[in-house]
Amino acid sequence: MTRIIASRFAQAVPVMFLVAVLTFFLMHLLPGDPAVIIAGDQASPAAIERVRRQLGLDRPVLEQLVLWIVHLLQGDFGTSLILNQSVVSAVAERLPVTLSLALVSFVITIPVGIALGVIAACFRDTWFDAGVMAVALVGVSLPNFWVAILSVILFSVTLGWLPSAGYVPIDRGLWPWLAALIQPAVVLALFQIGFLARMTRSEMLEVLDQDYIRTARAKGVTEWQTVAKHAFRNTLVSVITVSGYILSLLIGGSVIVEQVFALPGIGRLLVQAIMARDYPLVQGTMLLLGFAFVFINVMIDLIYTAVDPRVRYD
Amino acid sequence: MTDATVAGPTAQALPARRRFVLARRLFRHRSFRIGFVIVAVLVLAAALAPVITSIEPTAMQIRYRFRPPSWQFPFGTDMFGRDVFTRVLYGARLSLWIGFTASLLAAIGGALLGLAAAYYKPLDSLLMRFTDALLAFPAILLAIGINAALGPQIQSVIIALAAAYVPRTARIVRASGLVIRELDYIDAARVSGAGAGRIIFRHMLPNCLAPLLVSLTFIFAYAILAEAALSFLGIGPPPPAPSWGNIVSEGRDYSVEAWWIMLFPGLGISLAALGMNLLGDGLRDVLDPRLKIES
Repeated sequence: MTRIIASRFAQAVPVMFLVAVLTFFLMHLLPGDPAVIIAGDQASPAAIERVRRQLGLDRPVLEQLVLWIVHLLQGDFGTSLILNQSVVSAVAERLPVTLSLALVSFVITIPVGIALGVIAACFRDTWFDAGVMAVALVGVSLPNFWVAILSVILFSVTLGWLPSAGYVPIDRGLWPWLAALIQPAVVLALFQIGFLARMTRSEMLEVLDQDYIRTARAKGVTEWQTVAKHAFRNTLVSVITVSGYILSLLIGGSVIVEQVFALPGIGRLLVQAIMARDYPLVQGTMLLLGFAFVFINVMIDLIYTAVDPRVRYD
Repeated sequence: MTDATVAGPTAQALPARRRFVLARRLFRHRSFRIGFVIVAVLVLAAALAPVITSIEPTAMQIRYRFRPPSWQFPFGTDMFGRDVFTRVLYGARLSLWIGFTASLLAAIGGALLGLAAAYYKPLDSLLMRFTDALLAFPAILLAIGINAALGPQIQSVIIALAAAYVPRTARIVRASGLVIRELDYIDAARVSGAGAGRIIFRHMLPNCLAPLLVSLTFIFAYAILAEAALSFLGIGPPPPAPSWGNIVSEGRDYSVEAWWIMLFPGLGISLAALGMNLLGDGLRDVLDPRLKIES
């Protein structure tokens, strides 16, 4: 097992390297001169030149790339222009908010999505199946920021049950923390619940058609046991793949939901950085997120080996 | 589809008949039917926008600010007295156009990369590591990043969304391409002297079209949602362009008192995404039997 873990992490290194190079080129090879943008439209040529030298933009692109990689290896992801703070500490400050949101959302999504998909598959072609699938389809078709605004009108403004904005750290109590997060987390979960339910249902239908399911039923295994042990167990690999994908969708979606609910997370940081044209901050934040997703993918691969002994990595 | 094996004198008439059979099978699928109607209505509304309404989408009538929906203003008016119904109609043009071009570009780019990877073995591992790295980002983040670098223009939204979805389509096309390149008729084509270009575009591409079309439809739905999200974050098509996301974003500050400003464009986004998802479900079930999920 140790060897598998080590090899998966070793394989992640080139991907991380590529992510770093891509992030670099994303910010450097595109039109527009960052120095002009940062210095402002009215800046004198001398001021622009100073900014350019300060950011190292006057050097050849390849040299900049090598410098950027060397700095990354030293743990230096750059320094924000607007915050007067290193990118790493800016992200670290906001990480708990985004992680809390993604976590609560994930905890809601996984059981609900899987349960809906499995139940729909078991009651295939009934009104229940049709109803669940219609709801799942609507879930993947609604824009989350729009649902968020409607939800705030209903639950915060009209009913007054939940706060409409803001974040409460968990050390001020579990309930205030959850109360602040539950609304954004549910809004964020809707798309992923629909997505997961649709995937789980189709995987389950495929497995339920297999001969060994008929055999299980024929030899008198209870329906519950058939579904849970014989059928669902065999969909686990795909369900876990989708769950990992969902985790990254959640972090991506949090960029928008954080904006509506004024949660001071990484998504809000990123939007703020884009609005202020704080290129080092955009670049560093994107890269840290990219690394996080690579890490998530490695973890999923490792979970496969744990749940399905047939999966082997050489 | 047994007709397809008929040879001889009828061979000329076959393509047309096969297409007809396909259309019949598609329309027998309930999801496809509903999706088709929704998308057709939206496309018609977008195309006929200047006929349906005589008002300009950016025309301001300060006298009529914040009017709730009425006969005169079916969807009400916004903070500048602009007719929300007109803006939503013109918004359909912009949002559907962005969604369409972005998903089409993603499909073309994905098809080229995927086929190249499937055909040229040495290129494969390189391209796949590349897509691994891009797929590490959720599409919406990638689109935000690219769009931020390109600046606020309609074209950069399209490019950003297309680029964000290229890795996914490349993966899908590559997967079918890898299966197809091992089939006998590819060997036959090679033996009869077909070059790489001919094999890829005449023999491999047509056989990858079904999964490509299915993913294009779903990406269309995602792209509409993503475009709206980008607009909402303020990095979509620059105002006063009436994209659906822009209108929701503008109406957000008045969402309690003037709910109609943000409600109707949001319904437009949802309907468009729903329609494309339904079309995608239908196409997948009919075109791609391996992915068949309905009996």
